[in-house]
Amino acid sequence: MTDAPPPTPGPARRLPVLSEPPRAPAPAHVVVRLRVNGRPVVTAVPAHHTLLELLRETLDLTGSKQGCDKGDCGACTVQVDGVPRLACLTLAVMAEGCDVRTVEGLADGFDGAHPLQDAFDRYDAAQCGFCTPGILMAAEALLRAAGRPVTHEEVREALAGNLCRCTGYTKILDAVVDASRALYPGTMPGAAQEGSGTDAG
Amino acid sequence: MPDDPKKPGGIVRPGADVDLDAPQVARGQWLDGPPSIVGRTHRKVGAMDRMQGIARYTDDRKLPGMLHAKLKRSPHAHARIVAIDTSKALAMDGVFAVITGRDLPEPYGIIPWTKDETALCVEKALFVGDPVAAVAAVDEDTAIAACDAIEVTYEVLEPIFDPEEAIFRGDENKINPFARRGNLTKHVHLEFGDVDAAMAAADLVVEGEYYFEGTTHAAIEPHCALAHYGADGILTVWSATQVTHYLHRELARVLGVPANRIRVIQPPLGGAFGGKSEPFDLEFCVAKLAMITRRPVKLLYTREEVFYSHRGRHPMKMRYRTGFSKDGRILALDAKTILDGGAYASFGLVTTYYSGQLVCAPYEVATYRFDSSRAYTNKPACGPKRGHGSVQPRFAMEVQLDKAAEALGIDPIELRRRNHMGENRVTVNGFRVGSNGFLECLDAVERASNWKEKRAHLPYGRGVGVAGSTYISGTNYPIYPNDMPQAAVQICLDRSGRARVFSGANDIGQGSDTMLAVLVAEELGLRLEDVRVLSADTDLCPVDLGAYSSRVTLMVGNACLQAARRLRRKVQTSVAKRWEIPRRRVTLAGGEALDLEDPTRRVPMAEAIAWAEADHGLLGEVGSYNTPKDRHGDYRGGTIGASPAYSFTAHVAEVAVDPETGIVTVETIWVAHDCGTCLSRRVVEGQMEGSAYMGFGEAIMEQHRVDPAHGGVHAGPSLLDYRIPTTLDTPRIEAHVVEAPDPNGPYGAKEAGEGPLHPSIPAIANAIYDAVGVRMDAMPFSPPRVLEALEARRAAEAADAVPPWKADRRGEG
Ligand code: FES
Ligand code: FES
Repeated sequence: MTDAPPPTPGPARRLPVLSEPPRAPAPAHVVVRLRVNGRPVVTAVPAHHTLLELLRETLDLTGSKQGCDKGDCGACTVQVDGVPRLACLTLAVMAEGCDVRTVEGLADGFDGAHPLQDAFDRYDAAQCGFCTPGILMAAEALLRAAGRPVTHEEVREALAGNLCRCTGYTKILDAVVDASRALYPGTMPGAAQEGSGTDAG
Repeated sequence: MPDDPKKPGGIVRPGADVDLDAPQVARGQWLDGPPSIVGRTHRKVGAMDRMQGIARYTDDRKLPGMLHAKLKRSPHAHARIVAIDTSKALAMDGVFAVITGRDLPEPYGIIPWTKDETALCVEKALFVGDPVAAVAAVDEDTAIAACDAIEVTYEVLEPIFDPEEAIFRGDENKINPFARRGNLTKHVHLEFGDVDAAMAAADLVVEGEYYFEGTTHAAIEPHCALAHYGADGILTVWSATQVTHYLHRELARVLGVPANRIRVIQPPLGGAFGGKSEPFDLEFCVAKLAMITRRPVKLLYTREEVFYSHRGRHPMKMRYRTGFSKDGRILALDAKTILDGGAYASFGLVTTYYSGQLVCAPYEVATYRFDSSRAYTNKPACGPKRGHGSVQPRFAMEVQLDKAAEALGIDPIELRRRNHMGENRVTVNGFRVGSNGFLECLDAVERASNWKEKRAHLPYGRGVGVAGSTYISGTNYPIYPNDMPQAAVQICLDRSGRARVFSGANDIGQGSDTMLAVLVAEELGLRLEDVRVLSADTDLCPVDLGAYSSRVTLMVGNACLQAARRLRRKVQTSVAKRWEIPRRRVTLAGGEALDLEDPTRRVPMAEAIAWAEADHGLLGEVGSYNTPKDRHGDYRGGTIGASPAYSFTAHVAEVAVDPETGIVTVETIWVAHDCGTCLSRRVVEGQMEGSAYMGFGEAIMEQHRVDPAHGGVHAGPSLLDYRIPTTLDTPRIEAHVVEAPDPNGPYGAKEAGEGPLHPSIPAIANAIYDAVGVRMDAMPFSPPRVLEALEARRAAEAADAVPPWKADRRGEG
């Protein structure tokens, strides 16, 4: 400690001692009641906080990512009452009484991993993985709504709001189609075909 | 284990009796034994944690009592800082510290010869968005309010946005105070052979002017850094960086803290593409603020700040003259390039060289001259983006070849074949090229795309185009000159039957941890899941230079093989001793040690390792790699562009052009890439697909620029305005892996992460020409530009200046 370099003095500053309570201007808080991944949650958040802030900061569920915080990238996609929503554009209070599902809850009811996660793993469909939680939540909603194997074209449509900068989407589309077949074996596909990234035809 | 069929040509395995310290080994074959894992499909190391939301990226980390920092940025493109009043901000509740440029005055820069930026502006702000102060507060909202309360008095100076004007006016209006020569960052002029004589003797000279608008990385994860300064005087910085080591060095310099008291950790990273390959303001600021406040401090860029921080592709104006013989051989190439560098040098010294050095291969170019100048301008600084410095000239080069093919009446693929340089050759500018699978790449895309048929029959409005390229597998020389190894790892085996690989290399999503795990598992006969890779933590790992210039697979891979071979020998020795057979009869594969002559005799690796630990003590070995020193040209600058091995790529793109709107739809890109030996099939394909996608976006829609009419503000600093391709825009991409193993690569592997991007843009430009007969020499090929070119062509056709394009193929629809 003694030979530690002393901190360089900055401009005139006030160093609060650790016991001092934070003196930030307290924003108005609201109480929000919702379910997150099946668990009832009652919490107070600043009134202007988004659902993404509630998840990431208040609940420490950091699986949902912030890529832009303005509705452009889809990295924050979660499901609100089963429908994909951008958590960065949803105020926390708007989720009052809702059933919110995030990537942390995706594997619930499956043995370790959701078939989508398993397919993404087998196809190396996540490179950096930053877009992946949002893409998984959008894809799961598609598969659940379809109730049958889906086509590359359907996946393209469903994921059009989720940007991925790493993969060129090819492996993502393949993995979602593959997962839909694993989830609904024996069901008739829409018009599923093998292909790298598209329905050739 | 994956269930792929055995690769043809036998199992890729090094022999048990190889020279331990040989950098690489030819493929050996086992008659028997479990199959190799090289080249198969694998589940990537650590991927499932990312997919389950468990992996903690930088912004996902919190520390007790953590503060949040924000930067105050200049609204002016060029301004002198007269005064900064931080008193109102400091007086605000919840504000813990405010710093300005005077707190961090030490200049830094990734290239040691151009240290020309400071963490916060000291004297002048050089572009809109240059940071002038930083605040640490209890939360982001408070920090933002405090930034607003900081009062900066500026003396506004005249900004310069045009690079040529900037160079011309360098004496009277110098932008960067640290610059040595006015507004010129770097000028390179090199000539190889007598270009003028060769040009004069050429049967055909093609001249063209090309313009490459800037583009940016747009990784989905914004930059983020978190710092903690312990009471023990140890500074820890977690950062979304691709160069932990260089960041470590610069932090020590700028903060004045000894390097051995700094620990830099790169958490899982959400994409980088070159955009996180140098230190940024935020890392210095969180560190300084943590030291002042004695609390952890985190700073996350907004998306807007990511755009302003940039370091993306340089806009380049390129004038190319290429001389050809009648039969299509390249006799002379004369290139003149202006690079618009923005406010700081960044990697610009290297970029200026790369803009000329990497354009010759894969072709035999008889004589070559280039002249490149990089200017400072009052814009966000440019730097390296995937395919650093060589994507722009590749666009010019490959369109020139297409023009020549047409003029000479030679098929464009055939023209490229005729100029193929071959393997084990030295380029005209002195780079030694080893393995070369370019011809196979051309064959693969020609076949897969049905090229001949499409060239002959696609109707007006549809077309195919081809382009080729090469790229380095790591730079032969480190950024700061030194004689230490270019890559180093440490590997430990323990009695649980597991290998732990400690590597300073940065996995930035490209899958480099997986590549290292595949190599170590293969060499030690372990299952892939029995290899743990602990990477990019300067306290735990040996120094590695980081993830840039496509160096990790080759360089760190070779270091891994060296360490793994040393361990392999120890384990073999101990097994051989217990079985009383010669060491070379023992092999390690599939999680077991086996007797080659008696396949029934086998022991699990955990037990074999325990024997070896009993014999040798704790099993740990280091491995390192240094580049061969015979790869470069013998002239000043001749080392920049030298690499142990070069990859090769060919693309064919098929497009549809709407003659009414100018909208270009790229339908399919066939990409064939020679990655040496393919270590992990889907990881390699993913790099090829992601590269082709990124080049496609640059060709069609991406435009990173500031608006001089509005004082130099960014033209669209959001992912809505700066459009990048969605699932609906992205073409079908078909990846064909070509393998021409290189003696310098680990098991013959070369790079795959950057090379496959290069031909995207010219292949699309050439396909547009094939479709509608217009040359797109300026990027991007957006509807207004294409439409303008189409109208010019139609006017020329109406005036009989040129024949109607594809007149015989304009049928119905
Ligand atoms: S963070 Fe919500 S859309 Fe980008
Ligand atoms: S995997 Fe990196 S953004 Fe999609």
